[in-house]
Amino acid sequence: MADFFQMGGYALYVWSAYALAFVVLLINWLGPYFKHKKKLKNASDFYLLNREQEHDTSA
Amino acid sequence: MMQWFHRMASPAWFYRFSGKLIPFLILTFTPLLIIGLYGGLVTAPSDYQQGDAFRIIYVHVPAAWMSLFIYIVMAVYAVITLIWRIKLAEILLISSAPVGVGFTILALATGSLWGKPMWGTWWSWDARLTSELLLLFLYLGVIGLYRAIEEKRTASRFVSILVLVGTVNIPIIHYSVEWWNTLHQGSTITLTEKPSMHIDMLIPLLMMAIAFKVFYGISLLIQARAELVEREFNSRWVRELVEENSDG
Repeated sequence: MADFFQMGGYALYVWSAYALAFVVLLINWLGPYFKHKKKLKNASDFYLLNREQEHDTSA
Repeated sequence: MMQWFHRMASPAWFYRFSGKLIPFLILTFTPLLIIGLYGGLVTAPSDYQQGDAFRIIYVHVPAAWMSLFIYIVMAVYAVITLIWRIKLAEILLISSAPVGVGFTILALATGSLWGKPMWGTWWSWDARLTSELLLLFLYLGVIGLYRAIEEKRTASRFVSILVLVGTVNIPIIHYSVEWWNTLHQGSTITLTEKPSMHIDMLIPLLMMAIAFKVFYGISLLIQARAELVEREFNSRWVRELVEENSDG
């Protein structure tokens, strides 16, 4: 097991490369995910506000 | 046929369809990644010259392939945008750029991490590395240009032209290791010849390559959905979508 983590002496290089890959994938997954949520929220706020204003003017 | 094509290109239809597709992509991506990682890090034998340092190949090569692949896909969307002015193509074009940046940075950085122990240097201004760096700047340029122009349909047309001009760099990256003397090794895997690689080393590499490709699909679709909601803010389908969500 220790051998596995030492990567024949190249641990620093090998594990850094894999850690970086993990970070890049995570950013490119969560970034769009939260952006999508935010845009939906924006649209929802906009339409809810409009609906309230319609009620106000009709009252 | 044309009718089918137009329906597919309709933003509302695409939004619903992609929402159903993403879970399947995730279900494909996860096992591929796990098996690919296990194969690459555990079962593949050490390289007789490079020892375990060669295992960087399992992130470096798929990332480098993706950096080229995504750019070529963007060029296809650019042609569709310029000729047919299909809005969905504009969205898919710009939504590909961030994940393209990600894979290009990953290819450059893991190359650096591999170059240090093998070549003795983090970086060298040779043809392969320089042209790949130029690719990164092209991706960043695409994002910058799109953001700089307020009207998004106009922005998409300018971006498409930039992407198409930049395609000259793609064959340069690919053939750089043959045209110039470079530190970078030649291709181990080509479409026409038998790969010069042991099968136990090769299979995890192909698994990782497919996993990265599926990941591009996931990232692209989520990004495109966000982009669609933003661009189609005033359309009826976004309004219906929002009302569906708030009522239910």
